[in-house]
Amino acid sequence: MTVSIQLEVNGKPVQAAVEPRRLLVHFLREDLGLTGANIGCETSLCGACTVLLDGDAVKSCTMLAAQADGASVTTIEGLAQNGELHPLQEGFWEKHGLQCGYCTPGMILSANYLLAQNPSPNDEEIREGLKGNICRCTGYHNIVEAVKYAAERMS
Amino acid sequence: MYPAQFDYRRAGSVDEALGLLQEHEDAKLMAGGHSLIPMMKLRLAQPPVVIDIGRLDELKGISEAGGSVRVGSLTTHADIAASDVLAAHCPVLAEAAGHIGDAQVRNRGTIGGNIAHADPGSDIPPVLVLLGASVHLQSPSGTRSVAAGDFFQDLLMTDVGEDEILTHVEAPALGAGTGAAYLKFEHPASGYAVVGAAASVTVQNGRCIAAGLVVGGVSATPTAVDVSSLVGSDLSDDAIAAAASGLDAEDPIGDIFASGDYRVHVGKVYGKRALAAARDRAS
Repeated sequence: MTVSIQLEVNGKPVQAAVEPRRLLVHFLREDLGLTGANIGCETSLCGACTVLLDGDAVKSCTMLAAQADGASVTTIEGLAQNGELHPLQEGFWEKHGLQCGYCTPGMILSANYLLAQNPSPNDEEIREGLKGNICRCTGYHNIVEAVKYAAERMS
Repeated sequence: MYPAQFDYRRAGSVDEALGLLQEHEDAKLMAGGHSLIPMMKLRLAQPPVVIDIGRLDELKGISEAGGSVRVGSLTTHADIAASDVLAAHCPVLAEAAGHIGDAQVRNRGTIGGNIAHADPGSDIPPVLVLLGASVHLQSPSGTRSVAAGDFFQDLLMTDVGEDEILTHVEAPALGAGTGAAYLKFEHPASGYAVVGAAASVTVQNGRCIAAGLVVGGVSATPTAVDVSSLVGSDLSDDAIAAAASGLDAEDPIGDIFASGDYRVHVGKVYGKRALAAARDRAS
């Protein structure tokens, strides 16, 4: 069977028929070509697949595409506006918040959610907010600096 | 990593969901999917039909009335952790929900899905048992409630019948003079509790008149500890340590990360700390 879904992805309406077992991350990557949401651990731990679902950070590997029917999804591809990097993207650039970049889209979307909840978090709150995102190369120090940079830019 | 194929049905009401459960043998209910989808991806669960109840607003929300708090089964951990109602009337439940997984998991996972899954490393079950909460279930033949202490039957096994839906949990609001705390020794990778200790202490005129301690992660189901020795005591650190050392488990869970004996030991330590934190909040 297939399930008809209608949702908004990065501000654009999307309509599709998906297999019930289609995970949101596969739908975004393979059906829509939005490969920013990465598949890391596949066990809901690493956060590389994090996207925003109606503004909330969620792990798209632990969600059926069918569950996103009617929702508004934002991926890393949807953050830059009019060719201008989002302050978080700029922060990761300026503060060297990445090396390989695999975790970066998830980090940035989790940080985006964190800043929406708490516009001026301290270091501890940033680390707690990014607990669901694992980086295996940069180390977290510069990631925290990048989020602080963005928080200042966005205030 | 794909789940096995299944048919998907979305329920528009509790009644419709109950009808779908009758119709489809071995169907699974999905709320936020944060216990079920990982199980399905690992093929530990291969339900032929998934009934999505995630949109049933009638099962969402937190309220307080007549000295008890009511939490709908589809309420997310994030909403529970941030609830003003719970902060005022039952903060220990919000505290435990805030310890679950991470922000993304708390945004999707629900209290009903969590306790129906009944993972021994889950944070909510010991708190519900400590509070003397009741779990409310609905089936085509009516509604019933079961005490949290009887709800958790074994590893991943609960009292929910095949034709039933978990609608809400109800817990007594914490009264004046009562402090409660949930402390967790977290598995660094999975975020589950290796051991989680939920404790409450009620103080009147400087003396303890009631105390409770329930430890999760040690056995298949939450383990209540007899801490009645604290009643009438001055709640000294020594009295608390002695009470918490009563934690005993016949057949503790052991795995590659933590042996059964180790879990019991850590359970006593965290039980002591949780009781001390509850004491400090009681005054």
